[in-house]
Amino acid sequence: MTAAPTRGTPATDPVQATSTSTGPVQRRRRITELVLLFVAWAIGIGANVLIDPEQAMASPGHVYRAAAVLIAGGLVLHAVMWFRAQYADPYILPIVVALNGLGIAMIHRIDLLMDATAATNQVLWTAIGVLAAALVLVFLRDHRRLRRFTYISLVASALLLVLPLLPGLGTEINGARIWISIGGRTFQPGEIAKITLAIFFAGYLSTNRDVILLAGPKIGPVRLPRFRDLAPMFAAWLVSIGVLVLQRDLGTAILFFGLFVAMLYLATGRLSWIVLGLIFVAAGGVVASQTFGHVAARLDAWWHAFDPAIYDAPVGGSRQIVQGIFGLASGGLFGQGLGQGRPDLVSYSNSDMIITAFGEELGLIGLGAILMMFFLLVSRGFRAALGTPDAFGKLLAGGLASIMVIQLFVVIGGVTRVIPLTGLTTPFMSAGGSSLLSNWIIAALLLAISHSARRPVVTGPASDQDIAEFQAHEREEHERAEMLESERAERAERRRARQEAARKEREERKARQAEDERKNATAVPTTDRADDAPKKPAPDDDPDVDEPDLDEPKTEPTNQRPNERKGATS
Amino acid sequence: MSELTVALLRYGFLALLWVFILGIVLSQGRDLAVDRRRRNRGRGAQAQAGANQAPQTPAPVQQQPARQLPQTLLVLQGPTGGRSYQLGSAPVLMGRSPECTVPLEDDYASGRHARLFPQGSRWFLEDLGSTNGTYIDEQRLTRAVPVEAGRPFRVGKSVLELRA
Repeated sequence: MTAAPTRGTPATDPVQATSTSTGPVQRRRRITELVLLFVAWAIGIGANVLIDPEQAMASPGHVYRAAAVLIAGGLVLHAVMWFRAQYADPYILPIVVALNGLGIAMIHRIDLLMDATAATNQVLWTAIGVLAAALVLVFLRDHRRLRRFTYISLVASALLLVLPLLPGLGTEINGARIWISIGGRTFQPGEIAKITLAIFFAGYLSTNRDVILLAGPKIGPVRLPRFRDLAPMFAAWLVSIGVLVLQRDLGTAILFFGLFVAMLYLATGRLSWIVLGLIFVAAGGVVASQTFGHVAARLDAWWHAFDPAIYDAPVGGSRQIVQGIFGLASGGLFGQGLGQGRPDLVSYSNSDMIITAFGEELGLIGLGAILMMFFLLVSRGFRAALGTPDAFGKLLAGGLASIMVIQLFVVIGGVTRVIPLTGLTTPFMSAGGSSLLSNWIIAALLLAISHSARRPVVTGPASDQDIAEFQAHEREEHERAEMLESERAERAERRRARQEAARKEREERKARQAEDERKNATAVPTTDRADDAPKKPAPDDDPDVDEPDLDEPKTEPTNQRPNERKGATS
Repeated sequence: MSELTVALLRYGFLALLWVFILGIVLSQGRDLAVDRRRRNRGRGAQAQAGANQAPQTPAPVQQQPARQLPQTLLVLQGPTGGRSYQLGSAPVLMGRSPECTVPLEDDYASGRHARLFPQGSRWFLEDLGSTNGTYIDEQRLTRAVPVEAGRPFRVGKSVLELRA
């Protein structure tokens, strides 16, 4: 195109015209990822050792298992990204590995106090989560393919949410009916449903956001969307309300509703959606607190947490929250040190309340670091959303990051008494296989989207590699065309030869007939073989076809394939 | 284990957590600065400082455009106003069509409106037969003309400018 010098790899060249407004072409940064992975391993495995160094020396089985899964998992995903998503975000994987390692350590630490084996389970589910993430990265080359499953995702979400309500399958634990049990193991389908719902919202809003924004009646300064444009969204909203009413799981309902509002805001950029959403939540909260006993109890335990009557209440008391806060208080600035606190005093300290356990043992500084890691992880998700050129990818990455933010806000706000405590897991940390699995899948989706966000858009002069590829393609096409052409020519040639032969034969036959007639008329043998001829009444019989060839070789057309011709004529 | 080791490990672990975070924050650098306007403003300030010094040392200022191609195309006004594009040495297509290198989303721009191409150390602007024309200094382009950095030109209703 221009006189510009040919370039090496187009990817690493920083001074190339790009169509995105994100500045120079991004580097791959896989080495950065590897270096950070080493630090993440040090954190994750170090935490597993530090919770009880003597125990780790005496029976190192758990540490070995955790280390093996973290290192192997990190390396597998790192390798997958080298091959499949070279431009994927380099920070997501190390952060996730570090958080997961910390979570395993704390669960194991609480296991030691409670004589439980939740950590083994967690390590197993980490391995499953890593595998799922690797599969997502391998098979999802382009996240835009997910857009085809927009409505399938809606149906899948509804099905997943209904599963726990089925009689034989669903299991009720602690008053919430959100588990299904298969073969003695329990699973929360709602955790997967949050991903499929995000896919649905992203697919639906990326297609319909203009209609939602622009069509519809205008009342005062507010333009209301038409009902039919929002109907599928209302269906999704009803699903989340259904969760609240039928499964009595306040946390998941808030998560779904928050996702709904966040994605509407991301798609339309109207603050009014958030205001409306908050009003809806407030109204819903008031109604729910009047209607459902457990919601009212939660509100009481939040508002009057230190009231002795509520603290000592046998069911739905504030004991859990208050013990968590005591734990945070005893942690102070630097914490008690890993393995030195008493996180077992808090019920569910390895799932819902794991944040207070960390606050107790690592203090404000450590908890701040953990929150910072979550913040960085979420910011990388939004960064991927900003960089992706397509609306679906933007909304999906934004939605997945929002899921994480909302979940963190609900659970950390709950344990620190900013909002009423509702049961949700802390991503990557809380004990719970389904949560871990779904969060690893979310991480993989963010990685896939960030790959397409950071991948360079090649608009500059073609590189040598591109030219070579193009030429190879051209050559291939050319060869194929030549082959086709020669085949066609051959076929035509054969057909022509066949017709020629047929014509010659016909002429010969005619000539012979004429000759025979003449012979019969004159009865004079002209050749040495002519004495045979009178014996045959019909000289144009098939067995005689070849005979003229012997007599008149000079009339035979020059044909390379006599056999074929014969086969064709006979 | 001695008291000292325990304390060292305890604080060392906290330090490790923050080293990890610092490592991430430092290595991502300006990656989160999606909008490059701020940096451009910084450059603009530098250029202004250069202009202030110009009376004393005019030579380097004059030499600057000759040394290298302007590298940034900035949309000053129009629907996509504020966006900037890094230029390499490849021609840049501007227009309403989303396939353009610089899509303008401007109703007054033609699908493939105008083209910037490098020639030596300068960019040339060429109108591609647009309906509403391409203008430099209110002069409609009839042929390819060189564009200096800092000289705005109009494509449809959008005003663009090259920056060094």
